[in-house]
Amino acid sequence: MTITELAKEERVGFKSPAVMGFVGAVVMLFFGILGREGEVAFEISRRNDVIQVPAIPVDSSTLGIFSGVLMLAIAGYSLSRSLKNLRTPIWLSSIYGLIGVIALLGWLAAGAAVPIAFIAGTALVLAVPIMLGAMGGIMCERVGVTNIAIEAQLLTGAFMAAVVSSITDNFLFGLFSAMIGAALVSMVLAVFAIKYLAQQIIVGVVLNVLMIGITNFLYQQWLTEDGENVNFPGTMDIIRIPFLSDIPIIGPVLFENRITVFLALIIVPTLYFVLFKSKLGLRARAVGEHPLAADTVGINVGRTRFWWVTIGGMSAGLGGAALTIGNAGAFGREMSGGFGFIALAVVILGRWHPISAALAALLFGFSIILRVWANQVSPGIPTDFITMVPYIVTIIAVVGFVGQSRPPKALAVPYTKG
Amino acid sequence: MKLELRGITKRFGTLVANDSINLVVEPGQIHALLGENGAGKSTLMNVLYGLYQADAGEVLLDGVKQSFSGPGDAMAAGIGMVHQHFMLIPVFTVAENVALGHEPTGILGSLDLEAARKRVIEISEKFGFNVDPDALVEDLPVGVQQRVEIIKALSRDARVLVLDEPTAVLTPQETDELMLIMKQLAKSGTSIVFITHKLREVKEVADIITVIRLGKVVGDAKPDASTSELASMMVGREVELTVDKKAVAAGDVVLKVENISVLDDRFQRAVDGISFEVHAGEILAFAGVQGNGQTELAEALVGLRSTLTGFGKITLKGQDITDRSVRRRLDAGIAYIPEDRKTDGLVSEFSIAENLMINASYKSRFTSGPNINFSSRRDIANQLVKEFDVRTPSADTPAGKLSGGNQQKVVVARELSRNVDLLIASQPTRGVDVGSIEFIHERIVAERDAGKAVILISTELDEVLSLADRIAVMYRGKIVGIVGPTTSREQLGKMMAGVSA
Repeated sequence: MTITELAKEERVGFKSPAVMGFVGAVVMLFFGILGREGEVAFEISRRNDVIQVPAIPVDSSTLGIFSGVLMLAIAGYSLSRSLKNLRTPIWLSSIYGLIGVIALLGWLAAGAAVPIAFIAGTALVLAVPIMLGAMGGIMCERVGVTNIAIEAQLLTGAFMAAVVSSITDNFLFGLFSAMIGAALVSMVLAVFAIKYLAQQIIVGVVLNVLMIGITNFLYQQWLTEDGENVNFPGTMDIIRIPFLSDIPIIGPVLFENRITVFLALIIVPTLYFVLFKSKLGLRARAVGEHPLAADTVGINVGRTRFWWVTIGGMSAGLGGAALTIGNAGAFGREMSGGFGFIALAVVILGRWHPISAALAALLFGFSIILRVWANQVSPGIPTDFITMVPYIVTIIAVVGFVGQSRPPKALAVPYTKG
Repeated sequence: MKLELRGITKRFGTLVANDSINLVVEPGQIHALLGENGAGKSTLMNVLYGLYQADAGEVLLDGVKQSFSGPGDAMAAGIGMVHQHFMLIPVFTVAENVALGHEPTGILGSLDLEAARKRVIEISEKFGFNVDPDALVEDLPVGVQQRVEIIKALSRDARVLVLDEPTAVLTPQETDELMLIMKQLAKSGTSIVFITHKLREVKEVADIITVIRLGKVVGDAKPDASTSELASMMVGREVELTVDKKAVAAGDVVLKVENISVLDDRFQRAVDGISFEVHAGEILAFAGVQGNGQTELAEALVGLRSTLTGFGKITLKGQDITDRSVRRRLDAGIAYIPEDRKTDGLVSEFSIAENLMINASYKSRFTSGPNINFSSRRDIANQLVKEFDVRTPSADTPAGKLSGGNQQKVVVARELSRNVDLLIASQPTRGVDVGSIEFIHERIVAERDAGKAVILISTELDEVLSLADRIAVMYRGKIVGIVGPTTSREQLGKMMAGVSA
């Protein structure tokens, strides 16, 4: 082997085919050959849908074997790519992951049904707070400010939405105040990071602790005392978009939701457009990559950072509102429960790209609903194990594009002139 | 456009970087601003460009007083600047970089990249730049990146173009091309301010020269003034531009490097299968444009960066040191002057004396048992400060308080006061004043004359030509060729661009 060949292999490697092959074999063996007996019905329509599509029945173990074969085939293709020193394309990794998930669902629901629309829809609803938090994170980090305080912003949003909606009896006010509250948290971060050049991680951690403290205090002293008046907003009405919501699967999942979900579905592509196709986005990314260069072409670095961070906070605040008036119906102690940190991970997993991050958020939403549903459909299987599965899928997905992830260059670096 | 600076003064704390500087640049002229590193040229231009606010004085364009609150204003007024460190976003395309800050837009503020591309192609064709608007900037060679910077300025209709040390990163051929571009731009009516400390370039391209020293204008000169005249204006006294050197008396092989490869921080192969030998009593200089693996080579020789395992061998005086730690290599007889004294050469918060003992903190003349021998350290430090002409109030002054030249002398003093067989000097005179350069050059030659092997790594061709006994030219991690010290500049330039001898 010559030196040059070695250098190239150092870059691509065989991680992808190895992991894919191993997982493929596991699926084949446990879900297929040693799989469970029984038919699985993949339900496409819900019972009360206008258009009824018959469920697709398959044998659980046959599905396992079939999936395993497909996965091993993809692993083999990936191996052949690696031998030619080429990366496995991301779309292929995604298809691989999808097959794995279908095999898992089929295995879990042996002898029962898989309500696709229900699982997908709930996954989306659960993913929305993470998704909106991650969009906020992307807005901050793309301009070079690390936002550890997504958790604090979610919590603030959740609290404000619940309390203001209850008091005013108007969900729109609730949404607005959630956004404003979280934006204020963001402004604190922005001012410390931009004006006082503080360590952004520390400011973020402090904000998290602070907001947990404040909301806990108010919850205990105020919300529990006077819960009926100040913490009883209920949830917003579900809006059905005519005709579109009648499409099988897509309809109930995408077009029959609360306003928070619709907002998320609008914000993600909008952010994508603004970041990558507009003047504002070009400038924002320039500020995050090389602030001095941006300054020399007349872009105000401080102002750009301030507004992106602030608006990012509004997005996270909306995510918080989705927790209370968009799902639970009341504020609970520390109810963001680490979603803010998951959002942070989602930002990185999504490589600071709104669409990828939204998909990553969906993955986390899916893992939450999977645990709940698996417990109902086959109580014998340890749910902790099931919960792991989506993360394993994530790792595989990441392996597919390891090395391409590159954070904004000026991330967490305060900018000072001269 | 006529540019006039009147009485510009800029202070940083107690340091006066610019002391009431007056400068007039006529339209269509190439006006060279000549001065040493730290003379205040860049500060002056940053004031002009609105990056700094002047404490006193005014900027006039075509006789109209200007006040710039930021670079945006300066650009709008027709001033373009090509910075020494390029102001380009590496992950953006050429078109995006050129458009940034004054983007052509369509509906909803969406970017009209097509218009941006057309603008790049238009300017590129007009001046024969040959730049692809869709290329990512990080994939382009520095010479082309510089052209992108020029396009960026021209696309904003700059009529005064400031070039800050533009040739520092270029090969001699690229420099010649840049000079042609400058002349062409001047002919089309652009005023050009050309900042440099290289006399040869000034004489070749400038219409008029203004010399700056210690923040003040020393005077104007014509490009036909003699080199030594310009140099003495720049430094403030007579300077010796050539180094006296005895004929080479090369001895035994001291360092033998066989087929080593080194990865850089991005895991790319920065040094690619290099072999060479250095003899006692000779200076082997590594020439090449910055970023062709010289830094990684030096670090690999000292042991700061590991060579690819399984390949290559480094032998010092017959001992295999390939797998030895930095400390054991230094003990085996290597002295190392790193290229960046601020990050690698000194601990700026430490005093001079502490910095002088930093690589001899164990079992040395600075220690007694496990303790520091303070009295002997003081004596040695005082003696070295005197011997190496470090201008400092005392040896207890923090190294960070010294000027660049004096900091470098501390590093040189530390390394040369050790008894070694091999000196590796990486960019030993970068950012150092002319007086200190003379001194450091003399000391390096003295080491060679004392029978030590010297590896000099330098991107300054003048330095290489005046010191080297043999010249190895590096390009993309490989040695293009090892040639004699009388090789022509032109030939070296070709080699620096990868054409083998």
